[in-house]
Amino acid sequence: MNDSSKISLWEKIMQVDRRWIYLTIGIFVFLPLLFKIGLPIFITKEVQAVYDRVDALPPGTLVMIPCEYDPATMAELRPLAHALFRHCFSKNLKIIATALQIEGVTLVKDDLTLIAAEYGKKHGEDYVFLGYKPYPAIVILNMGENFRKPFPRDYYGNELDSLPMMQGVINYSSCALIININATSGADYWINYANGRYKAPLALGVTAVMATDYYTFLASGQIFGLIGGLKGAAEYEKMIGQSGRAARAMDVQSIAHSVIVILIIIGNIAYFVSRGKMRGDGR
Amino acid sequence: MTESANLITILWYTLAAFLTLAIFSFLYKDNPFYRLAEHLIVGISAGYWIAVLYHTSLKDLWLEPMARNFSSLFTPGGTVLQEIGLVITNVVPGILGLMMFMRFSSKLAWLSRWPIAFYLAITAGVALPLYLQSFTVRQMQASMINLSGSVRDIIGDIIIITGTISGLAYFYFSMEHKGMIGGVAKVGIWILMIGFGATFGYTVMSRISLLIGRFDFLIEWLRLLTSYATS
Repeated sequence: MNDSSKISLWEKIMQVDRRWIYLTIGIFVFLPLLFKIGLPIFITKEVQAVYDRVDALPPGTLVMIPCEYDPATMAELRPLAHALFRHCFSKNLKIIATALQIEGVTLVKDDLTLIAAEYGKKHGEDYVFLGYKPYPAIVILNMGENFRKPFPRDYYGNELDSLPMMQGVINYSSCALIININATSGADYWINYANGRYKAPLALGVTAVMATDYYTFLASGQIFGLIGGLKGAAEYEKMIGQSGRAARAMDVQSIAHSVIVILIIIGNIAYFVSRGKMRGDGR
Repeated sequence: MTESANLITILWYTLAAFLTLAIFSFLYKDNPFYRLAEHLIVGISAGYWIAVLYHTSLKDLWLEPMARNFSSLFTPGGTVLQEIGLVITNVVPGILGLMMFMRFSSKLAWLSRWPIAFYLAITAGVALPLYLQSFTVRQMQASMINLSGSVRDIIGDIIIITGTISGLAYFYFSMEHKGMIGGVAKVGIWILMIGFGATFGYTVMSRISLLIGRFDFLIEWLRLLTSYATS
């Protein structure tokens, strides 16, 4: 093969139809899903912090887990919600959950009920699902005063005071921790109002794309832990000893990321070689 | 699960799988299947929003309390002034809400500015001081060097303060980026690039996670179809 034919190959790479790249990524995501590989998962201290705080709580303690994810983001955050619910229920902690993202209300309800059933937990005694109310900022502010202000009733229409678990539960001060699972900028409201105004101990579980934005709040101590995307969920699954969907998906992530890195390297080499050729040709 | 229930589940799964594939088909090129799926999402979301908003907001936060308070007006025993006050707290938000709909009339559209102004004023009053505290003051505090920590912590603090100052210097446009300012701004660019790189990595992870979610669903659908066909 002579020199000019090598360069023409790089030039061809530069002009490759992007649909081939989609197909390549698709294949490298789909195929590993069919097999269990079991690549190692390392625990980060921001996820460990959440686990440790939950694990240290005595049975019967109230934990608030507001879940703001929807069908578009459930692939990332649902495994985390499941892992958190499992951890809390296995420690006999009580959960108050809300779903302040409208498209995710029934999704969160189903997830909570499913995991509660696994542990034989009952609504109203071991957990309460408050459901949805519009304008998350106002709802979060109001819950800081009294849960009954925005939610006179739970999702199922029961008066809050009629639920045994809600006896004596007033506001965030009744909860040992708030762990907000959030796929929206609504996480800012929890930082601003629940932590900023009411000083509630707060941790966040966010989509990976949001994670970098919230590390600053971890550094400033406004949140005590941060669980980022499927990787964070996989770490949590590992810590509770129940490797599930997130842990399996991390195998795929690792392979897909390697493919993307290889494609980026090939693309950059092709760019520099073809640029050099164009300069050499006086183009 | 009964056979008919199985069939119904399979039908729902198949519809969902069809819609997933219809959305994926856009990666090849725009087509009617993609547009059908897209329009379905928009339409169903709008309908779902209205239903949920009615049941979780209008009904139990407005209609029911208003009906309760109105009926208490005609029940002997209460303090009339207090009861009128309760009614007003229900009626005023209702009127403000209705004023929002005046946007549909070109002559009365100006009325919608009142509830918007009311909402903006409340939001500004409640949110601004807290935002300043949570997103500026606390962040500034966190960027200050704490010499009482370990050597590793101090190095981390120095990196944070260097990154913050150089990043801010890059966005300082009242002086030409030459000399010392230019050098610091250049460091700022590198810091920003590292930040963008980290964000890009996380974004790729996020998008691949969503793809995994859909592929997982498609595999589940295929398994369901196979098990139904072989049963």
